[in-house]
Amino acid sequence: MNYGPLIFLAAFFALAGSWSGFVLTPQLQIGRLQQTNTIGNPTAAYPVARPGLAQQGLDVYRANGCAYCHSQQVGQTGTVLEIALTDAGTNHPPIIAALLKLAAAPADGPTVLTALPQLEAARTNGGSAMLLDGLPKAFLRSSSREGANAAIKALYAAGAKAQLWIVPVGPDLARGWGSRRTVAEDFLFEAPVMPGSQRVGPDLANMGTRQPNVNLHLLHLYAPQLQMKGSTMPPYRFLFERRKIGLEPSPEALVLPAEVAPPAGYEVVPKPPARALAAYLASLRADAPLFNAPLTVPASATPATSTNAATTAASAK
Amino acid sequence: MNPNHPKSPFIIHNSSFNLPPSVAPDVIDASCRLPLVVLFLSAAVWLLTASAFGLIASIKFHAPGFLADSAWLTYGRVRPAAVNAMLYGFCLQAGLGVALWMLARLGRTTLAAPWMVIVGALCWNLGVAAGVVGILGGGSTGFENLEMPAYAAALVFLGYLMMAFWGVLTFHQRRERQLYVSQWFLFAALFWFPWIYSTANLVLQGFGARGMAQAVIAWWYSDNLLVVWLALVGLAAIFYFVPKLLNRELHSRYLALMAFWMLILFASWGGIPASAPVPAWMPTLSVVTTVLGVITVIAVFVNVFRTTGGKCLMRMSNPSLKFIGAGLASFVVVGFASAVTALPAVNQVTQFTWFTIGKGLLNFYGFFAMVIFGAIYYIVPQLMGQEFPFPKLVRAHFFTAALGVLLFAVPLAVGGIAQGLKLQHAVIFADIAKGTLPFLRASTVGDLMMALGHVMFLVNLGGLVFQFYRGRALSAWAEATAEIKTAEARP
Ligand code: HEC
Repeated sequence: MNYGPLIFLAAFFALAGSWSGFVLTPQLQIGRLQQTNTIGNPTAAYPVARPGLAQQGLDVYRANGCAYCHSQQVGQTGTVLEIALTDAGTNHPPIIAALLKLAAAPADGPTVLTALPQLEAARTNGGSAMLLDGLPKAFLRSSSREGANAAIKALYAAGAKAQLWIVPVGPDLARGWGSRRTVAEDFLFEAPVMPGSQRVGPDLANMGTRQPNVNLHLLHLYAPQLQMKGSTMPPYRFLFERRKIGLEPSPEALVLPAEVAPPAGYEVVPKPPARALAAYLASLRADAPLFNAPLTVPASATPATSTNAATTAASAK
Repeated sequence: MNPNHPKSPFIIHNSSFNLPPSVAPDVIDASCRLPLVVLFLSAAVWLLTASAFGLIASIKFHAPGFLADSAWLTYGRVRPAAVNAMLYGFCLQAGLGVALWMLARLGRTTLAAPWMVIVGALCWNLGVAAGVVGILGGGSTGFENLEMPAYAAALVFLGYLMMAFWGVLTFHQRRERQLYVSQWFLFAALFWFPWIYSTANLVLQGFGARGMAQAVIAWWYSDNLLVVWLALVGLAAIFYFVPKLLNRELHSRYLALMAFWMLILFASWGGIPASAPVPAWMPTLSVVTTVLGVITVIAVFVNVFRTTGGKCLMRMSNPSLKFIGAGLASFVVVGFASAVTALPAVNQVTQFTWFTIGKGLLNFYGFFAMVIFGAIYYIVPQLMGQEFPFPKLVRAHFFTAALGVLLFAVPLAVGGIAQGLKLQHAVIFADIAKGTLPFLRASTVGDLMMALGHVMFLVNLGGLVFQFYRGRALSAWAEATAEIKTAEARP
């Protein structure tokens, strides 16, 4: 081939292929995503747009390149099924016996989350305190649906009410970075999206659940080294104003420990971008249970519908 | 056609048997001289700028409070500023210069409209400068490798079009019908960039895309720029310079063309990380095509290996070959590393770690910039008809650059894997972050070595250009004054 036009055509079609694959199709596929319902609460649409101040904070986050150190995407390695007691009734010994029996079941049966000696001890002294403490509470973990269903039946037979929980697992989740993996829906209203490619700092996908307190965010932004000695996060002092205290100290002034406090007569107040950024951080939550990223949120929903929702979710997967 | 006007840009060759005679190399070089001097010198200045920003970013890991009171110099701004100065200021700009020269030399024709190329280069540099200042001022778009704000991107795009258009015309005006493989790569590269750059900027900064579609497009762009475009130009240079400088034939034209096809057909589908929160087919496709990239790497390596007769390019006495050899070695390592880390099980470990940064540098610097250094060290003395003023600095530059790449990439790769393995367990994050610090410190030394090399590069390049134009000015002056003397002496 000694002709320019032929090379042109070759390259044209090659690039047109990848262009339609990774520019056009995502627009059609992801671009058409709509708000979805969350599991267990059919009226709650997800995601919802951020409130105004937090939306401005996204801009501060973009301008200052926080995404070069922070990802906003949590991974999960799988899900496990947990069996939780929702109601232990009044007659506890049979329930404990049932739990102990399940614990002694064959290898593919459910594993017990509560330590065996504790269960044994509970059996000898009636066990009520342990059983009733903080229900609903997961007692068993099952590797298969059949095993879980059998276990739930056994517990019902013993007079308890039990429920199946779907619990995503993985190192990110174990570290407390979220309760499920991040999915495309989480970013639906984000512009620009900044999923991040580096984890110099912790993942922030669920920062708002972890730390809803805006003031603590402001403090951390002003002096990250206060929270963690040796933190490599740069301080964002330029988002704050150090000024002479006027007639009265500002109610917004940061309460700083001595090592970073301004000299007497001065105060440090967050500028508007700092407040927006803190509001943004507090708004970061990607933990709604979705049908393509199912999990069961304990406690909140009524037992019956929650079990149904979880079952639907698992079968939808 | 009129052979008396070989420079007319509008000549149309309607018959391949009726070609005007080829142009002598020194005439071609003379036509390229000024545009290439502009491109290479500005590229060298950007290189130093990128180093300065990169060092500031690097130092912040040792002392987070360093320059922390300045919004303009916060880590999240200097880092993209450094990357953009490196990519758009140096890599693409110098790559285009080398590409234009190769197109002219291979076509045995003069560079079409050198003045337009200079205007394009100025426009490009204005765009990059506006972009870097924009990023430092907080105007970044938030998309990696595409941070330059819209106004800067428009200038960059326009500048590229101006340069590439005359490149295509130079290609079209060639006096040699038979195409050499490098011309394929270069021709494809010339219009690859405007397509991906305009798409990415129009969609991400113009029309807008919803949710993760933005991220997919940004990943697609980065892959097509960093993997496809850089490889198209870098491999064109490897296939051109290795046989030329060794005075041998390229081992196999077909192997080279195979690399070409693999690159444009498969590599253009890479870039979506295996764990990305997008529909599963996208990362899957990227994984498959990235793994196939190994074939490209092997084809290129075998071809060059056979061309050199199995000799190591880095041991040759010609400094250009040393640089190109190091570039080829990096290309091979990056190719394999990309294929292995694309696999979901491995990607699980390396994603989000310093490994990706080390690998990225090995690609755009260890491979591309090294090859381009080698090419520039060959081309510029040809253009000027003079040797570099400090030939020892060329060797020193090779030494610092190679050592710099090693000291940057190896610690980050090792540290990144350690970091990634720890991220697989619920280890307290602070401990993971602390564990990476010694590796980051080592990489700063690499940054320093590379910066040192950039100073040598600029000194040599600037010195040669200065020497050349000073010589010209002196002889012009001598001529002018001589004329006046004879004229005065006459009456
Ligand atoms: C140079 C890298 C770097 C940059 C840039 C950076 N961070 Fe951090 N960030 C860290 C590190 C490391 C930590 C963990 C140590 C700590 O808590 O300070 C952290 C922690 C955090 C935390 C606390 C996380 C937790 O789980 O407690 C928040 C919130 C945060 N950063 C927000 C931001 C914001 C907002 C920006 C941009 C304005 C930003 N970071 C920029 C490195 C960075």
